[in-house]
Amino acid sequence: MIQLAYLIPLFPLLGFLVNGLGWKSMPKQAAGFLASLMMLVSFALSLGVFFEVKGGAPDTIVPLFNFIQAGKLLIPFAFKIDALSSLFLLIITGVGFLIHVYSTSYMHDDEGVVKYFAYLNLFVFSMLLLVMGANYLIMFIGWEGVGLCSYLLIGFWFKNRDYTNAAKKAFVMNRIGDLGFLVGMMLVLYHFGTLSYNELFAQVSDNQAVMSGSTYTWIAICFFIGAMGKSAQLPLYTWLPDAMAGPTPVSALIHAATMVTAGIYMIARSSVIYNHSEAALHFIAIIGLLTALLAASIAIRQYDIKKVLAYSTVSQLGFMFLAIGCGAYTTAVFHVMTHAFFKALLFLGSGSVIHAMGGEQDIRSMGGLGKKMRITQATFFIGCVAIAGIPPFAGFFSKDEILAAAYAHSPVLYYAALAAALMTAFYMFRLYFLTFTGKFRGTHEQEHHLHESPIAMTFPLMVLALLAAISGFVGLPEVFSEHHALNEFLSVAVTNGVHHHLEHSTEYMLMGLSVTLVVAMILFAYAKTKKPDFQPNTGLAKVLENKWYVDELYNAVIVNPLLQFSSFLDRIIERKGIDGGVNGVGKLVRWGADRMRLLQNGQVGAYLFTMVIGIVLIFVIGLFCVTI
Amino acid sequence: MILVLLILIPLLAAKLTFFSKEAAKNVALLGSLLTLGLSVYAALNCGTENLAPFALNWMPAIGAQFSLAADGMAAMLCLLTGIIIPVVLLINRNKAIDNPGAYYALILYSQAGLMGVFLASDALLFYFFWELALIPVYFLCSRWGGERRIPVTFKFFVYTFVGSLMMLSALIYLSLQTNGVNAMSLQNIVAAGKALPMMQQHIIFVLLFLAFAIKMPIFPFHTWQPDAYEQSPTQVTIILSALMVKMGLYAVLRWLLPVVPEAMAYWSDTVMTLSIAGIVYASLIAMMQTNIKRLVAYSSIAHMGLMCAAAFSGTELSQQGLMVQMFNHGINITGMWVIVNMVENRYGTQDLKKMGGLANTAPGIAIALVIISFANIALPLTNGFIGEFMLFTGIFQSASHYHMVFMAVAGLGIILGAVYTLTMVQKVAYGENNSGVLAVAKMNAAEWTAVIVLIVFIIVLGVFPQPLIDLIGIR
Repeated sequence: MIQLAYLIPLFPLLGFLVNGLGWKSMPKQAAGFLASLMMLVSFALSLGVFFEVKGGAPDTIVPLFNFIQAGKLLIPFAFKIDALSSLFLLIITGVGFLIHVYSTSYMHDDEGVVKYFAYLNLFVFSMLLLVMGANYLIMFIGWEGVGLCSYLLIGFWFKNRDYTNAAKKAFVMNRIGDLGFLVGMMLVLYHFGTLSYNELFAQVSDNQAVMSGSTYTWIAICFFIGAMGKSAQLPLYTWLPDAMAGPTPVSALIHAATMVTAGIYMIARSSVIYNHSEAALHFIAIIGLLTALLAASIAIRQYDIKKVLAYSTVSQLGFMFLAIGCGAYTTAVFHVMTHAFFKALLFLGSGSVIHAMGGEQDIRSMGGLGKKMRITQATFFIGCVAIAGIPPFAGFFSKDEILAAAYAHSPVLYYAALAAALMTAFYMFRLYFLTFTGKFRGTHEQEHHLHESPIAMTFPLMVLALLAAISGFVGLPEVFSEHHALNEFLSVAVTNGVHHHLEHSTEYMLMGLSVTLVVAMILFAYAKTKKPDFQPNTGLAKVLENKWYVDELYNAVIVNPLLQFSSFLDRIIERKGIDGGVNGVGKLVRWGADRMRLLQNGQVGAYLFTMVIGIVLIFVIGLFCVTI
Repeated sequence: MILVLLILIPLLAAKLTFFSKEAAKNVALLGSLLTLGLSVYAALNCGTENLAPFALNWMPAIGAQFSLAADGMAAMLCLLTGIIIPVVLLINRNKAIDNPGAYYALILYSQAGLMGVFLASDALLFYFFWELALIPVYFLCSRWGGERRIPVTFKFFVYTFVGSLMMLSALIYLSLQTNGVNAMSLQNIVAAGKALPMMQQHIIFVLLFLAFAIKMPIFPFHTWQPDAYEQSPTQVTIILSALMVKMGLYAVLRWLLPVVPEAMAYWSDTVMTLSIAGIVYASLIAMMQTNIKRLVAYSSIAHMGLMCAAAFSGTELSQQGLMVQMFNHGINITGMWVIVNMVENRYGTQDLKKMGGLANTAPGIAIALVIISFANIALPLTNGFIGEFMLFTGIFQSASHYHMVFMAVAGLGIILGAVYTLTMVQKVAYGENNSGVLAVAKMNAAEWTAVIVLIVFIIVLGVFPQPLIDLIGIR
């Protein structure tokens, strides 16, 4: 079975090729059916692989062919199947399948639906390459491939200039990170001569004395810069909220459940390297924490349902990097998994709401939708409870583990992270109450149009709600159970850093504290939204509504100066300077020729005179030469 | 004999084309397809007896021989030339061209010259073909070009001709240092160059480098290029940017690196600095262009900068990467121009502000544009990535003291490249149609053929680059 793992990405690729090449003639229903079917097959294969790995199958390399072989450089095109990749396979194909099914209904009357499913399949193919590759170059192929699909899907409705701007911004910001990734690969090749995980990690474990710590730090930081771009961390996060321009299922799949967690996968995969660099881990923890706080604070004052979820995603990704920074890679992966379920659920739920509202995304025009959309309301509620961290829903366990890791590292990290977690509870329930409870605030026409979504959309919601409710049990904390199933499963592939042990009493206390405060925050959110009034914000609230003016800052400090500099180069240096210089030489020759022409005046006397002068000169110079 | 035919067939085809008036474009296409077949044969048989060197006495008095030889690099470039010329002839088939016999004949003459440049293993012969390739292009630009064609062509010609003369004087000087028998042959020139004292090596280096740097072109010797690309008919622009600039890079690898190795080592940091500064410089300027042809022209300068930096980085890997990239850049930039040509023909403008909405009006062209654009910015699994990855790795591993800085700054090119390329895609393909042209013609059969051939190369060489890497490795 594991030897057949190459079939897993092959099916989505097939779906892409059929839908992509047949974009003109493919019937709409067939496109969605085919794409979903391909995902289902992939998911079935992934399940097989996963259970084989869980059953104790050893790490396996599935070689396909030699990708690049030039001199000493050898890059095989090969896949690595181990605990880490098989878990990601399951998340990607499982959630991916559900979102494909959802899309068949959500996108059914869009004219570009065939193209849409082609892109979606291509995305899954790239994402699978990313997690299955047996070396960094294959990961990089997937890495840029998902960036491409993200670009294509954000700009899916290409007539709108804002949307295509958002697509371009996403790709360029990702490219900034990709450069970091690329430099990281160069460093690895330079120092170790290989990009294959197995060879590299064996070398790192064997002769760590050979490399200085700073080498590892540089490599770790460069890779992390790549992760900053893809996983939307400070300072490269601003593309993700804009990416909400894409269709909502895309936001669920790419910009919440899978692609944006690629950075976590990359670092978990490279845990051996990261364990050699304390400095890099500290840096990651700080970036992660700052991102979590900043994004959560912005989410509090957003009115666009998708923007709230987008900032929430950024914030949750920050939590994951905080866990990584504390050396708890498996905890980060745990949160990737639970987050994939509840955030995909929330996004799909918001899609269901937007569908019912006829495209309206502003929560100020919603309210009381629960009466008309029971399933959406119930599942969305489960998602909110899960992300807020109420036991026994999934988010509680994974977030608690992150908070515990932070506390073990330093109480300061813990309190800051707790603040972010409380903000999460607040903005999620603010969103929930404003959307589903109270009175409807939209137009009469919209109210008339409200309806529950069809089964193809509610079915994925129910499955994801179930997963969001129970998936936390794979990672029960130490105080409840001796076995942490996920950690044990991942321990073969991922080496956690030094684990500070917490007293059981401390752990109980931390849990009790966070749950109590979260419940208080939910009640606070309820009170705040009971009689909503939407006065224009002032003071800090206005700053938050405007996202701390970060986009404006980037424009003022980076984009505009760069454009001005380019314009200066173009108008002054290029045209006047260099080209002017070249033309100047030409003009000089012309001018010289003009003067020389005057000598050819046709008077024999003048010619004779010059000749005599010339001969005299030659003799004089000759004389000088002789004397010297 | 194959090597001679590679030059002879385009020459004969050109002759025939010249006299066949209305049928000229078809005669030329047939001739170029014959050449393509030959060049494929040559690439497949590279390194075997079938591709044995060829030599005839030419001007024994000055030690010049008519001698041709092909290693993997030469065979690869002949193959590229063989592929690109039919593509050039496939586009614009519906456009009325005045005096088509002369137009298409000149394109084929240029092809013959290019083949000769890549195959010549005698310095004088090399120079001869170098000029033979240039002169038809000069006529093509000045006769069939845009409004400002006369001053632009004049500048282009003078600029490159000054370079050529510097090269000629250096080659003659080198040949005088040999013992006189076959003084112009590549081996003797190399031996003579290596034996030169340092000071003279420097002079030879500067003369040859300037000639090749102008041809590529490298910042700051590039200002002829955007004008020439803009004003030439797009078919000629393809020959210039996909093939003729490769003459400069090829010449660096064949006639500069081995001849004055010590001077090369001395100058490599300087040249790499210039090239890499050129990447950033050209990319920033490309961002400001509103004319689509000028934008692609500046992007080409940026790509050349990376390739030239790799040529001077002195590592085996970057040289291999350079050769791979020469081929791939040839394919990709041709693809870019083919699209530009189609867009220009349909929207009747080169102004990016007056385009838009192509994804709606002609989705086929828009899809091709997106694929080729991403190949141009080196997305993995397209051919552009393989070359760039090898180039970056090579530059990073060079012995230069500044190797990491070089690589990192050159890497800025991949970010800026994404900026200007995606801006172009956005302005051409997305948004609303601002051209005022309502009926946009779909691609015709010939255009489809050209585009599909190029896209097949882009994908196949992006996924299975090994055959190309193996070919260039043949000595």
